[in-house]
Amino acid sequence: MVNFTLNGLEVSVEKGTTLLEAADFYGIEIPTLCHDKGLSPYGACRLCLVEIGTPGRSRLVSSCTYQAREGLNVRTHSERVIKARKLLIEMYVALCPSSKVIQCLASKYHVTKVRFSPKHEDCILCGLCVRMCDEQMQAKAISFVNRGGRRLVSTPFAKKSEDCRLCGACIYICPACQTRCQGPQEENILCNACLNLEPPCLEKFEDVMCYMDPCVACELNTDKKPNK
Amino acid sequence: MGLRTNPKACYRSYMKVDLTKIDQIINQIIDKYKDDEDVPYISILQDINDEYRYLPEEALYRVSQKMEVSMSHLYSLATFYKCFSLVPKGEHEIQVCMGTACHVRGASRILEKVTRDLQVKPGKTSENGKFSLETVNCVGACAQGPLVVFDGKYVGKLTLNKIEKMLGGNHEKDNKTS
Ligand code: SF4
Ligand code: SF4
Ligand code: FES
Ligand code: FES
Repeated sequence: MVNFTLNGLEVSVEKGTTLLEAADFYGIEIPTLCHDKGLSPYGACRLCLVEIGTPGRSRLVSSCTYQAREGLNVRTHSERVIKARKLLIEMYVALCPSSKVIQCLASKYHVTKVRFSPKHEDCILCGLCVRMCDEQMQAKAISFVNRGGRRLVSTPFAKKSEDCRLCGACIYICPACQTRCQGPQEENILCNACLNLEPPCLEKFEDVMCYMDPCVACELNTDKKPNK
Repeated sequence: MGLRTNPKACYRSYMKVDLTKIDQIINQIIDKYKDDEDVPYISILQDINDEYRYLPEEALYRVSQKMEVSMSHLYSLATFYKCFSLVPKGEHEIQVCMGTACHVRGASRILEKVTRDLQVKPGKTSENGKFSLETVNCVGACAQGPLVVFDGKYVGKLTLNKIEKMLGGNHEKDNKTS
């Protein structure tokens, strides 16, 4: 067993456990884009980063590939992590604004502005589909081709592959394939339709109408609420 | 499964290359590396690339069958490394350095001259299959600039006259025959 500190908590996990798995086990949520429990870790998206080491001499590592070590001091929600995470989400939104997964992350982690010009890519090169096809479907029909800025996922020679089993698993796991909802808003690079920290019902009613009682957002707002 | 009546058709439609050579190469390499844990696919591809001056699709397919490796893996390697080409290369390879140092010393004029003399555009192979022209960004011999790599040989301190000499017999012969 390996003993280390996770957000100030003394925890112990089996040898070889990654920080992401450890956090998951202890109920701490870390956002990911290129990770899936059934596939080998890849470490491409950097969204899962956490801070390790003593403050002042700490550094950020990707928790999905970093294995827990004895005596490590891990912080998953430090100021530095949150900042880096939000910046990453912001960049991913700019890279691929049509992805539901990314837009949901933006809403969830409260990214409300995007300072980069939109790229409108349809792939973020997370490699999930390639690993899915290889490791779970055992088909190895698709792979990364080219490199650098011209990198993309394709079948050999961009032809219909004879290895493909038409299982659809690659599409199922792709974070860019699910298109975002647009809601009643205007076309915007950032969706934020689920950015719901302040229940919209409060503008019209005295109580939150979703019956999720107690609603954290409402409690935060009790003193600000105008008397109607 | 109605969609895939003849799943092999997509690779089979490319049967132009003489495959006996490929089989020879592969067999040699299997002998050479049979004790290794990791099969050096890159060396295999390099040998094939040396033989044909490019990687024929049919050859990749053959390797994938023989070595029981996925086509997608080989294709991924073949497109990643610059030393592989998936389209036929010319007999002579010319790389014109367009790096900063060479650029300052007039690389663009050199490129223009080569393009005009050999009638081949950068990244392409001339129609008679003799020359492939490429531009590269610094080959690490800046003091020699402007510089051209001709069939792996560095030819530095180029002047327009010197290019003429370097291409020398080559392109003049071409012009006469064509
Ligand atoms: S549909 Fe084809 S390419 Fe996609 S995971 Fe399945 S076998 Fe692989
Ligand atoms: S196609 Fe989708 S799953 Fe595959 S690398 Fe791109 S974003 Fe990831
Ligand atoms: S989930 Fe760890 S880098 Fe993508
Ligand atoms: S710039 Fe041409 S060799 Fe460096």
